[in-house]
Amino acid sequence: MQNLLTSTSMKRSVLIFSCVLLIVAFILSVALGQTSIPFQLVYDAFFNYDASNPEHVIIRTSRFTRAVVATVVGASLAIAGALMRALTRNPLAAPDILGVNAGALFFIVCAITFFSVDSLIHYMWVAFLGAGIAGALVFFLGLLGRDGLTPIKIVLAGAAISALFASFTQGLLVIDEQGIQSVLFWLAGSVSGRNLDMLLPVLPFIVLGGSIAFFMGRPINILQSGDDIAKGLGQRTILTKVVMGIIVILLAGGSVAVAGSIGFIGLIVPHMAMGLVGTDYRWIIPFSAVIGATLLLLADIAARFVIMPLEIPIGVMTAFIGAPFFIYIARRGLARNA
Amino acid sequence: MNHILEAEALTVNYGNANILEDLHLQVPEGKITVLVGANGCGKSTLLRTFARLIKPKDGHVLLDGEKIRELSTKSVAKRLAILPQGPIAPEGLTVLQLVKQGRYPHQSWVKQWSTEDEQIVNDALEATQMTPFANSPVNALSGGQRQRAWIAMTLAQKTDLILLDEPTTYLDMAHQVEILDLLFDLNSKENRTVVMVLHDLNLACRYAHHIVAVRDKKVYAQGKPEDIVTIDLVRDVFGMGCTIMNDPLFGTPLCVPHGKGIKCCLKA
Amino acid sequence: MPNYITVRTKSDKVSFQLSKKVAMIIILLCILLCGMILLALSVGSDFISPVTVVKELFGYGTGEYLFTIQSLRLPRVLLATLVGIALAVSGLILQGIIRNPLAAPDIIGVTSGASVGALLFLSYATVSIHYLPLAAIIGAGVVSTIIYLLSWKKGVTPIRMVLIGIGISAFAKGIVTVLIVMGEEVRTSRAYIWLTGSLYGANMQDVYLLLPWVVLLSLLTFIIARVINVKELGDDIALGVGVKVQVFRLLFLLISVMLAGTAVAFVGGIAFVGLVAPHISRMLVGRSFAALIPISSMVGAIIVIFADIVGRTAFLPKDLPAGVFTAAIGAPFFIYLLFRTRNQ
Repeated sequence: MQNLLTSTSMKRSVLIFSCVLLIVAFILSVALGQTSIPFQLVYDAFFNYDASNPEHVIIRTSRFTRAVVATVVGASLAIAGALMRALTRNPLAAPDILGVNAGALFFIVCAITFFSVDSLIHYMWVAFLGAGIAGALVFFLGLLGRDGLTPIKIVLAGAAISALFASFTQGLLVIDEQGIQSVLFWLAGSVSGRNLDMLLPVLPFIVLGGSIAFFMGRPINILQSGDDIAKGLGQRTILTKVVMGIIVILLAGGSVAVAGSIGFIGLIVPHMAMGLVGTDYRWIIPFSAVIGATLLLLADIAARFVIMPLEIPIGVMTAFIGAPFFIYIARRGLARNA
Repeated sequence: MNHILEAEALTVNYGNANILEDLHLQVPEGKITVLVGANGCGKSTLLRTFARLIKPKDGHVLLDGEKIRELSTKSVAKRLAILPQGPIAPEGLTVLQLVKQGRYPHQSWVKQWSTEDEQIVNDALEATQMTPFANSPVNALSGGQRQRAWIAMTLAQKTDLILLDEPTTYLDMAHQVEILDLLFDLNSKENRTVVMVLHDLNLACRYAHHIVAVRDKKVYAQGKPEDIVTIDLVRDVFGMGCTIMNDPLFGTPLCVPHGKGIKCCLKA
Repeated sequence: MPNYITVRTKSDKVSFQLSKKVAMIIILLCILLCGMILLALSVGSDFISPVTVVKELFGYGTGEYLFTIQSLRLPRVLLATLVGIALAVSGLILQGIIRNPLAAPDIIGVTSGASVGALLFLSYATVSIHYLPLAAIIGAGVVSTIIYLLSWKKGVTPIRMVLIGIGISAFAKGIVTVLIVMGEEVRTSRAYIWLTGSLYGANMQDVYLLLPWVVLLSLLTFIIARVINVKELGDDIALGVGVKVQVFRLLFLLISVMLAGTAVAFVGGIAFVGLVAPHISRMLVGRSFAALIPISSMVGAIIVIFADIVGRTAFLPKDLPAGVFTAAIGAPFFIYLLFRTRNQ
């Protein structure tokens, strides 16, 4: 793949430009929706806040939160996807493909049904646990057979594990029918209906994971040449991989805990980032973060408009955008090169 | 009866680039032909096109004078067998099960295991000395044994033409010789035509009646090893300087490459 | 070869081979299957002794339990058997074509297509519920066709088909979710039961509809079984030995989709049977495809019947969908697979 941006200065300027785009998307997300809010009002809501003005309140509480959640989750999933891709050296590896989302979801549903858990902090831990276990299972399943972790085996293992957890989740929902409505938004993925209290407990973990990820660029680059070469250069490969795995669990699990199951961001965004900047992970990670956040914000805006006045859950929206892209990659045969 | 395989004005491409262009080659009947050339020169592609696995952009492969792509694939399979590079057997498949597959072109929906089939499979196992391993899983065997199992399968196909793509790569020296000796016997005792791609030029010279050097999308030279394997050929085809002498055991050309070594170079 | 029975007519007109081990296992499984069927007919909210069951079935009984057995339990058991056979053979075929042990109809999109069809029906249809299976089959067919067409690029390779199947499957699941979200609560819970897969409310009508498909398609598969044996060795070798690879791949796919599609149409998205049954069979008899067909079928049937028994009786008086338990059986099996191969 030829990347579009070749020099460092080009990359830097495009990155800054992308950040600007992100901010624009953020503002749009706050402004647009069922009730369109003029930009002046958005400005006022932040800088001349009037608590008695209902529009200001909407902006401050639901729209703003929604936009923040979309940004954070979009960036997290994109970074997690980039890391998974690097870890497995496989363009098809992404947290949702690998069953991480399904696992986190199942554990959350279990927790709600069996343990009547309803505090968000607990959801979070449960999600991390589920994400970790699912990821590990897929990893081991992919190792079965003689030829190790080939792309196709990872994908199938991920699909199998996702299906497994999805079946269990469905089964639980059938047993506990009241549970369905309350969990529906988890299942479909949604960034609406959240308030900041829900985001805050998860935020430290996501920020932690994300920050470490930014510094992992160089070690990841070395790892890309192969375990043996990396070891030969003095890198502690096992440590690096474990850290990467933990970051993925924090980011993906945290995202599921806050926003439910949102797919394909982790798959598509690193692909786009690589198309722009090539294979240097020091650039891929920040670009992925920005592009991921922007993409999810835009998807969220679209989700609000497509079947007005109802909203499409954002997980579905990303599936609608992501699946064709995934198919395109599969047809191009890019999936075959590790 | 021997079958004639030839390529006429063959052009094969991969994407936008031509790998072979306007290539002509007739495979000598009843002989061992070895395709040699540098990495990526197209010898594997040529072999696979001969076996109708690849569709040429231009030109044809003719089997007994007919265009191979117009023949039914089963009828081709009764005359020509191909062993591709690095075949993988599914987990748990036994040698016997593998060799039985070779009978496919001769079987039909009702006729699935005739006396003849059984006899031929047994013969194939005998010829490759794999009878004691008949019920072992293919993947549990050593490299040389595994390769012999695959060759037994192509033998069971009972064809006069056998094409092999790098049958000895990844095998240690003893196993390489073991496989090549087997192919040599098949040719001398049963008069089968063998065409194979080999990396080792010296082994090629030793076992081949006819060597075909592929370079620059065409046949660069072909003929008996002692006739065509010269210092000039090696330099043009492999880009390497060498000294050619006679193999002390077989008298065929032995190519000693120039370069560096522990002891000082004895000759310039 | 001492452990094979060879059958030949005079002058070798017809000939085939059967391993003694396979023959024995088939007989054992038959017995197990019959036992399972008998068990299914006996247990439930009223326990009916097996002896009574047999008597009633053949008309020697008092007629007291006839209704329960004939109208309630028998159709359910028979449907479970057919579905188990269909899904197992479908999964077996897919694993052979795609050359990957994790391939299964629910994983590569057939089931998701049926789901879309079924859900569209549940959300919008005004006709009788009896047409639901038809909607599901159409859904499965349409989605599979799309997957096949999208995989076509001078031929279809297994890898491409799997990937595209997964992509389309995700897309279809998105549609399903939208339909659920937009639907009313009643329909939602019905939808979930369908998605999980349930034999509730099975009747003989369903059995009669499904029977010819399953029998014909399985028979067809059996006849062309040896082609898959060769295809498992790789496209190149298959071509080399004279197999029309693309033609047979399409044919096998069609058979697999039809089997899975019709099964799922009647019962909903029962998962994992197509994945697990072939594996268990392979553990029993190795790799000969022709032998695997009857054995997988029976294993599949046994699994579905068993899952349904558990669903019906373990949580009385609730009747839980069998799909929950096919997944429950699938999970430990997966884990077992993991441990087994870690030591290799």
